[in-house]
Amino acid sequence: MSDLAIHPGLLLIAGAVVLPWLRGGVRAAVVLLLPLGALGLVWAVPEGAVWQLSFLGYTLTPIEGSRLGRLFATIFSIMAFGGGLFALGQKSRLELSAAMLYAGSAIGVALAGDLITVFIFWEVMAIGSTLVLWSAGTAASYRASMRYLMIHLAGGVLLFAGVAGHVAQTGDVTFAHMSPDSVAHWLILAGFLVNAGAPPLSAWLPDAYPEASWSGTVFLSAFTTKTAVFVLLRGFPGFEVLIWVGLFMVFYGIVYALLENDMRRILAYSIVNQVGFMVAGIGIGTEMALNGAAAHAFTHIIYKALLLMSAGSVLYMTGRRKCSDLGGLFHSMPVTTICGTIGALAISSFPLTSGFVSKSMISQAASDGGLLAVWLLLAAASAGVFLHAGIKFPWFVFFQKDSGLRPADPPATMRWAMILFAFLCIALGIWTEPLYRMLPYPVEYVPYTAAHVLTQLQLLLFSGLAFFLLLPLLKRTLTITLDTDWFYRRPLPSVARGAGRVIDSARKIIVGGTRRGLDRALAGIERQSGPDGSLARTWPIRSMALWVIVLLLGYLVLYYL
Amino acid sequence: MNDRHWLDEPRNVRLLWRLFLAVLALTVLVELLVDLHPHFAVEGLFGFHAWFGLLACAAMIFVAKALGVLLKRPDSYYNGELPRDE
Repeated sequence: MSDLAIHPGLLLIAGAVVLPWLRGGVRAAVVLLLPLGALGLVWAVPEGAVWQLSFLGYTLTPIEGSRLGRLFATIFSIMAFGGGLFALGQKSRLELSAAMLYAGSAIGVALAGDLITVFIFWEVMAIGSTLVLWSAGTAASYRASMRYLMIHLAGGVLLFAGVAGHVAQTGDVTFAHMSPDSVAHWLILAGFLVNAGAPPLSAWLPDAYPEASWSGTVFLSAFTTKTAVFVLLRGFPGFEVLIWVGLFMVFYGIVYALLENDMRRILAYSIVNQVGFMVAGIGIGTEMALNGAAAHAFTHIIYKALLLMSAGSVLYMTGRRKCSDLGGLFHSMPVTTICGTIGALAISSFPLTSGFVSKSMISQAASDGGLLAVWLLLAAASAGVFLHAGIKFPWFVFFQKDSGLRPADPPATMRWAMILFAFLCIALGIWTEPLYRMLPYPVEYVPYTAAHVLTQLQLLLFSGLAFFLLLPLLKRTLTITLDTDWFYRRPLPSVARGAGRVIDSARKIIVGGTRRGLDRALAGIERQSGPDGSLARTWPIRSMALWVIVLLLGYLVLYYL
Repeated sequence: MNDRHWLDEPRNVRLLWRLFLAVLALTVLVELLVDLHPHFAVEGLFGFHAWFGLLACAAMIFVAKALGVLLKRPDSYYNGELPRDE
């Protein structure tokens, strides 16, 4: 036990409750100070179990200090600050509260020492993120939020079933390394992977995130998938199947993003792509790979938020989200263009950006392990990242043909949030020490060698050449690409409606038949016992006397028998 | 419009293209001066990362196009969805 008085996650959740009642400067101050307070508290958490309490005979550890947990709680706090700054001008009263609830519960997962605490914060996260989506206030966002909630509640059910099974088998709730050797552990793994955006349900992510408001998507991009990376890092490091799950996600993200026209949906597919690198790293499972996955989650949150801030700024200023309606914005939005481009370079792992120093550790681990196929696929995927996010996004939004739109850069708070995150992308890429020191294992990796810089430049610049040579094939069309969400948006509702009709007609037949039967029975009773029925008729005394005699005679006979 | 940017001039765009191609050639040629200490045999092939990146990207674009033929729909495809409460 220690003297840590406040849980950093609960601080943000408390802030979420207070925020709707605040206005103006006080509100802005609370939005910015709470995440900084949470960051301070995260760093005050000592190693090992901090709080412990007993629940149903199990020992819960709501806060536990660990290097990995601190790394994730740190980036979640930084993200809450940057996102809060970007969203200060958001008119929706709900969104920032929901975002703080969401960020606070993500920090709660990162600091949890047992599976029950993980589960509780996991579910609060689902609620917080659904409310963020909901607060966009459009019919499309409402429908998307319901689909999103459905998937995440289903994932929560898997996780809960797994945790219950694990506790029943082992009698222990501690969140430690698990091997997929029992149904319970497979269920836990499945629950984690749903949130990571793994197949076959990856579609929830590009379906839901782009429907949030201009600021909401920035928050959504950061927490759900990265807490999933965190729990996979802690629960299932070195589980080989994850390599192939991760590689599938990587290429799924690239191919769908290449076909996409909506600028924020391109970036949403790219989240699945980037999380795929992390999941593959977790599957490789060496210290270098796990460090790489953790570091990549950290840098990814920053550059992906930056990319979505630049897209959000474009949406905020123009009201447009399709690449086919945009282009030429560099003329009048220089700050947004430069910041967006820095984010694009960082996601592509260009030397001197944060992506270069994190993603390369995963490739290095594949290379050290002699995994040639994995290494080749990761290299191809790195080229593909530059293709779909590094060039395609900035090219179609800020450059390409001139759309004639001349919006100004967005308001100051939004500009400063972008500048802050752009600065972090470059600072982390040049000064690697602070990030490397936070990683779960000691780092002996040197990213900046002549060979590494040169090969990376070759890979990326020739990918750029491929983009411009094949540009005619990438022309934007007013289309979407069907994904697995089609199953629960088209056939499943039809099946449900069909089943509803069958049940309805069955109900009509049963209810109608029963009613007719009842009516007949009632009519019979009416005939017998109604006011005019045979049993209700007045009988003459004569016949009554006759029947009394018959009864008495019968009694006499019976008596003598 | 009088807000012509230097990037709007075709002359400058052509210049950028030449610069880009020069840098491409440079990244491959510098390979002769740097020890790449390859882990895999294939990495040791001349300009491996350059042509591998180019071909991988081309392959991904063609795969995407092929998948698009099957799975692309007009972006109004889901517009007929009923609100949940109906």
